[in-house]
Parts: sequence; structure tokens; C-alpha cells
Amino acid sequence: MNSLVFRTTTRAVTPLLLAFSLFMLMRGHNEPGGGFIGGLLAVTAFALYALAFDAGQARALLRVQPRTLTAIGLVLAVASGCLAWLAGQPFLAGLWLPFDLPAELKLGTVLLFDIGVYLVVLGAALLVLLTLGEE
Amino acid sequence: MLPALPIIIPLLTACACLLFGHRARLQRALAVLGAGGLLVAAITLFTRVWIDGVLVLYVGGWQAPFGITLVADTLAALMVLVAALMHLAVSVYSLANVDARRQRYGYFTFMNIMLMGVCGAFLTGDLFNLYVWFEVMLIGSFVLLVLGGGRAQMEAGIKYVTLSLLSSALFLAGVGVIYGIAHTLNMAHLSQRLTLAAEADPWLVVAASVLLLLSFGLKAAVFPLYFWLPASYHTPSPAVSAIFAGLLTKVGVYALIRVFTVVLPPSNYTLNLLLVTAGLTMLLGVFGAVSQSQIRRILSFHIISQIGYMVMGLALLVSPDPAIQRLSVAAAVFYIAHHIIVKTNLFLIGGTVRALTGTERLDRLGALLNRAPWLAILFLIPALSLAGLPPLSGFWAKLAIIKAGFEAQQYTLTVVALFAGLLTLVSMLKIWNEAFWKPAPDDEITPDDGDRNGPPSRRLALLVTPSIVLAVLTLAIGLYPQALLSASQRAAGELLDRAGYVSAVELRPEPVTQSETEKDAP
Repeated sequence: MNSLVFRTTTRAVTPLLLAFSLFMLMRGHNEPGGGFIGGLLAVTAFALYALAFDAGQARALLRVQPRTLTAIGLVLAVASGCLAWLAGQPFLAGLWLPFDLPAELKLGTVLLFDIGVYLVVLGAALLVLLTLGEE
Repeated sequence: MLPALPIIIPLLTACACLLFGHRARLQRALAVLGAGGLLVAAITLFTRVWIDGVLVLYVGGWQAPFGITLVADTLAALMVLVAALMHLAVSVYSLANVDARRQRYGYFTFMNIMLMGVCGAFLTGDLFNLYVWFEVMLIGSFVLLVLGGGRAQMEAGIKYVTLSLLSSALFLAGVGVIYGIAHTLNMAHLSQRLTLAAEADPWLVVAASVLLLLSFGLKAAVFPLYFWLPASYHTPSPAVSAIFAGLLTKVGVYALIRVFTVVLPPSNYTLNLLLVTAGLTMLLGVFGAVSQSQIRRILSFHIISQIGYMVMGLALLVSPDPAIQRLSVAAAVFYIAHHIIVKTNLFLIGGTVRALTGTERLDRLGALLNRAPWLAILFLIPALSLAGLPPLSGFWAKLAIIKAGFEAQQYTLTVVALFAGLLTLVSMLKIWNEAFWKPAPDDEITPDDGDRNGPPSRRLALLVTPSIVLAVLTLAIGLYPQALLSASQRAAGELLDRAGYVSAVELRPEPVTQSETEKDAP
């Protein structure tokens, strides 16, 4: 879309959307949010960028192939389940570090799983969007 | 942890194939390695279940009935073992049969995702989770069916997707009704509560059972819900047809057996419905097969007819005698295991015929006996086994089913089964006569896939080795049926012992207060 206003706004909004998607990912454990919603928000950031410029530039902004992102996300999600197994607990049991980060951010395998979901959603949705956008 | 491995290994293999999709050789190596790993895990799981009895895994550490439970009993472990074996055979076959373009577009990834769904469906001990695994399996199979994107494939894909979604919707409705009746989804918990509910209001439980029966019946392709199968199974690559033919409908039969033995209280209404269905499925399936003239179409109709025998084994539960019930369920389990091996092999051989000659239309084939006598022998073993000739595995499977049928005094159905067996032999001989025996038709035969002089020997070895292994397995089961028979008898014993299943899952005692169920993780 060849519009100066749209492009300028997009440049400003894309980083905000990405930051907000990370915020949603982090708060997902106890409040509405999580990997799926966070991932979709991140997709909207790239989709907006692809609309304002073109799909190729959005792909360049992403730097990684979407299908690689999907694969890494899946591996992270499986790994989060297997960590519990290594610790002698059933598959997918939640493990937590003994200390919290500021702002009550709990670190554990559940967050790792959510990050995996985030990457899978981002990768899979962008794979569809960018492929359609480039045709 | 062991019960989760048949789910984790295909998932990790799928990830690896996705990551290295652009590196063809590495991807192929990973796919075969993953299939091998799955087979090792399945063998270990089966051995452990055989020695120690039912294995239960509470996923995430949430005890039954609150979390999802994986239950590996003898039936589940046996099914996973056979599925893993087919996966390895088809993966090796795919190296030579599936072109590089399909492989680059995620053939191995979706094959593994489908296998994850299949293994998950076998292992889960939760009714809703069974629905989820069905969906995982279907998503994988949708992609495999249309991968490559020919016109016929797309048409088949639309039919298959529509019918699968209908089946899923029926399943979900059934699960909803059952949850409304029993307020739980754990199979062991349901087993307890539905028995009580059936005493209070039997027809409500029957209504839910019929919804599940329709849904699983669509997936298993029983009469009158089978029409989607012969419309779609002959269109994708032969390797894909083979794994579909071997595993997918059998997951539907497995779900029928699991749900109608362990979960739902026995009801003569549904069992009588199954009896009629079984007879018509056998008969109409084989009629369809006799009327077709393409190798894979004939074989597709045979799947339907054979499903009838398995359903008959389940439906014979209508007999009140526990010894006959045990025999008939054991026969059904034996039949499934035998059928998966034989059917996959026949589709693989059909694919090899196509790779050698460029066609699978019987009127254009001929004289394969002279061109490839080894292929003729390789075809005869599973073909005669499917028809039920001794000393092959199908003979024992049919014998057990028919013995159970006579003992249960279901004479009409048993005679139908014998008659369908005869027609199976007729249509197998039709393939034999047309493709192998008769002189070659006049027009020049051109090999498939661009190879004018037939596939090179290395490719041919990859195509034939899986068939040889499966044929040897068919012979081994035929000559020494005791091993598989005792496994099926033990599986049947476990399925009919509802109290044993419930105690193996170790349900947590009923919560006293509401707050206890809502206690969260730290």
C-alpha cells in the first residue's frame, strides 16, 4: 500500500506491537495472555509491516525462515515437557526456579512451553501470510 | 515416561524434518532414524507391558481423573508396536517412491505428525484426549492426501476432509452428552459412572453410544458410512495410500473396541446394531472389490470388507457367555494386527507394480509373472493371507472369528463371513490373473517416474525390502500364530475386565470439597 501516513505509522506501531506481544506472553501464567495470544499479536505486527511495505521486506525484517521458527518452537515445547522427565517427574509436569524475577515473573518450564507456543504460532501464521502475500 | 515416548519421538522427528527440510539427504536419514527410534520405543513399551502389566502415566503430574492419563495396556502397546513397524516400512519405501518435491514440502514431517496422532489415540485414557489425537492424525493425513496437488487428489481431499469433519462433530457431540451424564472424561472414571448412569436412565447412555458409534463408524468406514474411502484412498502416492490403508481406519476400529468394552456399559441395542453393520460391511465391501478394475481401488474396497470382520468380533459381545466374549474380542484384536501388516504390504506391492509398469489399471497390465517372478511370489503371500488361506496369518484370524461366530450361534452372520472370504479370494485371483498371469497387452509398457528403463536396482531394493519383511512377518504369524494369539487373548482379557482397568488407573478418591479440585500448581 503506497501511503506515506500508513508507512510512517507502521514504523512506529510495529515495535510497540512486538513489545506488547512479549508482555502478553509473560503475563500469561496467571492472567489472560500466554503464548498463543502473544504469538498472534506478533503476527499482526509483521502483517501490518507486510501491508505497508511488502511481504519480502517483512520476511527480511523477520530474518529467520518462518518454518524454522515453527520447528524451534515445537522443539522448545517438547523440551519443556522432557525437562520434568529428567528431573524424575511425569512428562509435562511444571518445574520452577526457586527465585522470581522482578514484577512477580516466575521462571519455569511452563514459561518455556509458552515461548514454544509463541514461536509456533508466529512461524505458522507468518508462513501462510507471507506465502500468500508474495504470490 | 515410557508410554509418552511413542508420542514424543514422532513429534521430535517431525520437528527435525521441518528444520532440515531444505537438506534432502539429512532429512531422509532423520526420517528413517526417527521411525527406527519409534520402533525401538514401541518394542520396549510392549515388553514392559507384557512383563509388568498395564503402565499408566499421569501427564503433568495431575492424577486421574483430573489430568490426562496415558494408559498402555496390552491392546494399546500391541497397536503401537504394529503401527511403528508399518511406519518404518513405509518410511523406507518412501525414500524411493515419494519424489523430492513432495519431500521438500513436508512429506516426512506430516507423516510423523500423523503417526503421533495414531500412537496418541492408542495410548490415551481420556475420551476428550482421544478426540484431540484424532484431530492431530487427521491434520497430518489431510496434508499427505493432497500433497503434490493433482486434480484427482484435490477432489479426494475435499470428500475426505468433509466426512472427517462430520465425524469429528459427531464425536464431539457424543463426548458432550457423556460429559453431561457423567461429569468426567477419564475413561476409567467413565467406566464406573456410566454403569451407574445406565441403571438410572439406559436410553440416555445408548443415545450417547450411538453418537460415538456413528463417529467411529465413519472413521472405520463401516456400512453405510464407507463411501468416502474408495473415493480417496487410491489418489495419493502409493506410500501414503499404504500407511492410510494400514492404520487410519484401524484407529477407528480400535476406538470402537476401546469404547464399547471398557468405557460404555454393555447394551444389546448397540451391539445388535453392530452385528447388522458388520455383516453388511463385509458383504458390500467385497462386492465393491469384485466390480473394480484398478489395483488400489480393489484393495480399498477390501479394507471395508475386512473392517466388517473386526466389527463382527466386537459385535459378538452380544453373547452372554464370557468365554465366547473373550474369544471374539481376541479374534478382533488378532484380525486388526494381521490386517494392518497384510494391507499395508498389498498397497506397497501395488505401488511397486506401478513403479515397474507405469500403470495400475488391470486391463493395461499383464505378464508380470515373466518380468518379475519375485514380485508375483511377494504379492501372493499377503493376497492369499487376506483371503484367509492356510498357513498364512489371515487363516487364523478368520478361523478365530468364525469359531466365535458359530459358538455365539450367530449363524447368518458367520455364513456371510465365509461367503465374503470366498469373494475376497475371487478378487485377489482377479489381480493375479490380470496383472501377473495373462499375456502382456500390445501397447508398450512404460515405467513410471521418468525412468525409461525401469527403476535402478538401488531404488528397487528400497521398494521391495519393506514388502519382503512384511511378507515374512505374515508367514511367521501364519506358521507360529501362538505368539500373536496369546497377546490378543491377554488384550481381550484386559478389555473385558473393567474393574481391572479401573484399578490400574488408580483414580483419586472423590474430592470432599470444591476447593480441593481447584487447587492450582505452585
